[in-house]
Amino acid sequence: MADLKVRNLKKAFEGFSIIKGIDLDIHDREFVVFVGPSGCGKSTLLRLIAGLEDVSSGNIELDGKDITEVAPAKRDLAMVFQTYALYPHMTVRKNLSFGLDLSGAPKQEVKDKVENAARILELDPLLERKPKQLSGGQRQRVAIGRAIVRNPKIFLFDEPLSNLDAALRVQMRLELARLHQDLQATMIYVTHDQVEAMTLATKVVVLNSGRVEQVGSPLELYHHPANLFVAGFLGTPTMGFLTGNLGQTAANACEVKLDARANISLPLATALAPGSKVTLGIRPEHINIVPAGEGLLSVTADVSERLGSDTYCHVRSQSGEMLTVRVRGDFAPKFGETLDLSFDTAHCHLFDDSGKAIDKRIQSAA
Amino acid sequence: MLTLKQKRSLQSLLVGCAAWLIAGLIFFPIFWMVLTSFKTELAAFATPPQFIFTPTLENYLHINDRSDYFSYAWNSVLISFAATALCMLVAVPAAYSMAFFETKRTKGTLLWMLSTKMLPPVGVLMPIYLICKSLGMLDSRLALIVIYTLINLPIVIWMVYTYFKDIPVDILEAARLDGATTLQEISRVLLPIARGGLASTMLLSLILCWNEAFWSLNLTSSAAAPLTALVASYSSPEGLFWAKLSAVSTLACAPILILGWISQKQLVRGLSFGAVK
Repeated sequence: MADLKVRNLKKAFEGFSIIKGIDLDIHDREFVVFVGPSGCGKSTLLRLIAGLEDVSSGNIELDGKDITEVAPAKRDLAMVFQTYALYPHMTVRKNLSFGLDLSGAPKQEVKDKVENAARILELDPLLERKPKQLSGGQRQRVAIGRAIVRNPKIFLFDEPLSNLDAALRVQMRLELARLHQDLQATMIYVTHDQVEAMTLATKVVVLNSGRVEQVGSPLELYHHPANLFVAGFLGTPTMGFLTGNLGQTAANACEVKLDARANISLPLATALAPGSKVTLGIRPEHINIVPAGEGLLSVTADVSERLGSDTYCHVRSQSGEMLTVRVRGDFAPKFGETLDLSFDTAHCHLFDDSGKAIDKRIQSAA
Repeated sequence: MLTLKQKRSLQSLLVGCAAWLIAGLIFFPIFWMVLTSFKTELAAFATPPQFIFTPTLENYLHINDRSDYFSYAWNSVLISFAATALCMLVAVPAAYSMAFFETKRTKGTLLWMLSTKMLPPVGVLMPIYLICKSLGMLDSRLALIVIYTLINLPIVIWMVYTYFKDIPVDILEAARLDGATTLQEISRVLLPIARGGLASTMLLSLILCWNEAFWSLNLTSSAAAPLTALVASYSSPEGLFWAKLSAVSTLACAPILILGWISQKQLVRGLSFGAVK
């Protein structure tokens, strides 16, 4: 069992507030990913949970026990660092067994646990090597192995894949997902890479300047972002935004007058007054290029990125706002060409002046 | 016109010559001292200087007759090693806290420590002499051990601090999460990783203690006198005897030179320490 509760957690360094009051519940066997731009406090939050930093106020509970003031060694957590942090003077075997040796575990038990972890991570042939004789991926596996042998309540990962090259990163990402399945363990994972967040997490926590912006499953966050920040942060290429004003509203529809000289009717209910400033958000896959005259919006093609399977066309609206359109890989408009676009209105997002999402689902919940 | 390849080989030739010249300049006095120690007093004074002569051991035999070399050497060994050990005992925890738990005042503290080295030792000769006198510690090894520890501490802390600074703090944090106490973290992780740097620091401290002359000449006479005092005793009272002085200097330098030679590998590893990352 591992249930972690974080209550009104705050952290300041020399007067600068880094974590500004975070409440969070992490349940047994969840794979929770903290994601956010650099400097958002995600690593600090992880280090507070690990006990490597002292909290300024608030508390952390693990399985009903307050561990805010407990030393890191006594928290029963294991951490995998971005830099691997292997002990350079010890062999892989000693690296794996160090924690158990310190705790005074019986020799045979240590040996079994080390060999079990080595088998899971395919490190068997490397046990007698020193870290400097290993490749980046192997070092990362040793770092993970060091966490596994301790059989901790929660695994903490601090950007564990950022030092690996792209191909290895994809492979290790899969291995981590498999490991979570195999071990049925609770994991907290920090990354700035939203692909890792989307693919690994059962629960994503989006952080921004020391606050939680939204918590939910990856697809929930992708399809129902709570605000402009989450909407813009998740998804590659990012969601396009068009500003405008609210027109007529009805029980289950509203009209938006875009600054880009277009009116669009959305199947969304809102309590906002007509004329309020709003932002419409739309993802590249929900925009279509249609024959001239049939579109909602007329735009000018900017550069296109051809990936083979898809082409991302960057286009400029008449108000100067940029949008990205995903089209077939064999299609690419000429630079400067005029294009007509239609929007998949069921997938349009609307945000009020403060950046909060105007969403039927959120409204009915509120 | 020279080709690029020719230019490069000419350049490396010039650099090589300069390096040999500098190395020669540094080594020559030591070479000349050793050479002179095997000459007769007459040959030692000869002008022009003699490079070819019949070597003699008479200077060494004379020293052996006149003074008890091993008693001085034993004092040197004891004082240098004890002061170095004491120094490390203080420097490691000090450098650990400053390197890994830096505060606003850390840089200031480091600079303040170094600034104590700017004081000319003779400026505090009187008070220290009087303190030693009233404590009954004149001509005692303990007095020299304490003084050498204190005068070398700033440099030793600085060196250990820079070596520790090169070690990623993540490794220590990993040990902390693995359940290590502070003492285990230092003894089982930090010290083994920094051993190259620590070895060269200890060697430097040994050399500094071994060669220190100001305090040993002023605070000791016979019982606690180290080799530097022995060398000095050959300089003035009976006039200058270059050959004998050279012989005694050679004997004083030899142990530390040999130690340096043996620990060369450690020293190089210490100086090229960054490679652990």
